[in-house]
Amino acid sequence: MQAFTSHDGVVAALDRANVDTDQIIPKQFLKRIERTGFGQFLFYDWRFLADGSPNADFELNQPAAAGATILLARRNFGCGSSREHAPWALADYGFRAVIAPTFADIFYSNCFSNGILPIRLNEEDVAELFHRAAAATASEAGQYRLQIDLAGCSLQDTDGFARSFEVEPFRQRCLLEGLDNIALSLRHTDAIDRWEAAHGMPPVAAD
Amino acid sequence: MPGPRTLLDKIWDDHVVCTPEGENSLLYIDRHLVHEVTSPQAFEGLRLAGRKVRRPEATFATPDHNVPTTDRRLPIADAISKQQIDTLRENCRQFGVRLFDLGDADQGIVHVIGPELGITQPGMTIVCGDSHTATHGALGALAFGIGTSEVEHVLATQTLRQAKPKSLEVRVEGSLPEGVTAKDLVLYLIGQLSTEGGTGYVIEYTGDTIRSLGMEQRMTVCNMSIEAGARAGMIAPDAITFDYLRGRDFAPADFEAAVARWQQLPSDPGAVYDRVEVYRAADVVPQVTWGTNPAQVIGVDAAVPAPTDFADPNDQSSGERALAYMGLEAGTRIVDIPLDRVFIGSCTNSRIEDLRAAARVVQGYQVAKHLHAMVVPGSGRVKRQAEAEGLDKVFTAAGFEWREAGCSMCLGMNPDTLSPGQRCASTSNRNFEGRQGKGGRTHLVSPAMAAAAAVSGHFVDIREWQYR
Repeated sequence: MQAFTSHDGVVAALDRANVDTDQIIPKQFLKRIERTGFGQFLFYDWRFLADGSPNADFELNQPAAAGATILLARRNFGCGSSREHAPWALADYGFRAVIAPTFADIFYSNCFSNGILPIRLNEEDVAELFHRAAAATASEAGQYRLQIDLAGCSLQDTDGFARSFEVEPFRQRCLLEGLDNIALSLRHTDAIDRWEAAHGMPPVAAD
Repeated sequence: MPGPRTLLDKIWDDHVVCTPEGENSLLYIDRHLVHEVTSPQAFEGLRLAGRKVRRPEATFATPDHNVPTTDRRLPIADAISKQQIDTLRENCRQFGVRLFDLGDADQGIVHVIGPELGITQPGMTIVCGDSHTATHGALGALAFGIGTSEVEHVLATQTLRQAKPKSLEVRVEGSLPEGVTAKDLVLYLIGQLSTEGGTGYVIEYTGDTIRSLGMEQRMTVCNMSIEAGARAGMIAPDAITFDYLRGRDFAPADFEAAVARWQQLPSDPGAVYDRVEVYRAADVVPQVTWGTNPAQVIGVDAAVPAPTDFADPNDQSSGERALAYMGLEAGTRIVDIPLDRVFIGSCTNSRIEDLRAAARVVQGYQVAKHLHAMVVPGSGRVKRQAEAEGLDKVFTAAGFEWREAGCSMCLGMNPDTLSPGQRCASTSNRNFEGRQGKGGRTHLVSPAMAAAAAVSGHFVDIREWQYR
């Protein structure tokens, strides 16, 4: 898995609550059997008009979001379907972090499996970030950037906004080191064997 | 001596394999259900790493999300869909996983066949790469949806990394009024809890209302826990659970010994939940969603709300977007909303009791002119049972299409989709934008409400239905 240590990137502000994974990656793109190549379908029904041309009104299609790697959204981001195609699409498009007041549980877990850092900030701070993003967009800069440091659990802009955030220490470590979760768990095979034996199960077949 | 424990505590404690220093617990997984859409990348991951499935006998697969519901003797027209289903078949063969394939008499929606075959049992941990896995919690299991990376983890290790979730008791007291079903109850609860009220929690549904529900109704309730944000919902096992499981294909050989164990599972008196919410069954009326998330729901006797009716700014902006997408105006009476389509099916409402309830409404009536209605049974077994009871004849005589088992228009991955602008009364679980087809407008209802709407061409209050 791709490690996440620190990141400096452009923020795309998606001012919507309850963005569900059906919007992040619509079902017609779940037929593929690969993990890659989903970025082109990210937010497909919002990003593209019926004739397949880009929807200029959609936030990600605006100049302020060009090259964005940090997504900013409102409450309950990633709700609904468990499809990991959602973080696959976000990562493939180029996003490394998502900031929102709250995330749905399954999506939140799926992010960590794919090197994406989901950051929870309180609603006031998220509102402040939307405000700053809008102001930066209207200014000469044209874009808003944030700097994220996972080791220190902090994020900041260059204009005085600085906050810390919380991540479960185990998940933080896995992401910082880009650990293979399965390899990590297989180190505890003896404990799994013992659990199965204690529950009356026959041993697994040897290789 | 441990203090009083909840159902969740007991299942959790029994399944913790180890909690290594500085790491989350490894939780043992008893049953792993697999379908074609969220598993190919997991099997491919195993192959690339040279890993095998640790417990193939604990793993069960069926294609359901992306299968045609029309004539199964015909080849699958969509080449990419066919490849996904072929891939599941090949993966199951290579890794030794039991597959209920297309054409198998027991194929069906994964959350319908698990309980139906007795694969789902009280006290188990059950996972599947699907958010409606909570369905299995109706039998007193801890069951939840996972991502594909976690699917691969479970295949390889038969465990999952988990931090223990918090517990939320949702207690419902009193009798449900006449005409009000489990679907109405769970939609009402989601409306009360909000789409994220259960985030971070496992819900245990308790109270005499819940205890009085049959097994399939309990599945409907637990099924939609995720729509309130809860990864799992569960109901303590009781005589209804044991009677349901007795004699099923994968039920334990020594069934009475298993029952004796299962009787120890219900939460102890005095067990403490992290949070408790209490509701009255008498407050629930037949429900209809008006928006684009399942918490945007209201009684059939009400009108479409205005965004300004909500205090929270997020709810206001979501409501505004939802009305625009749904093509609805605030103040429109729910019963005045005309419909183009009716879908009866999905892991929420495609079991035999659901089909019986819908057929009872339809009996002696015709589907409204210009309306297209279909029934998609949840499994091959449900379909055969319905046909044995003549329900298929009731539906087809009324003008419904009678299909083969699958997820179908709940998510519209297969050819069963809404066209842009079409409005559908659906017994499924999600009314998200585009869920049933790009531009499609979904209203979630119970099977009886969907059936009555199909006949009437618009929503009607099922409590006033003239049964024939």
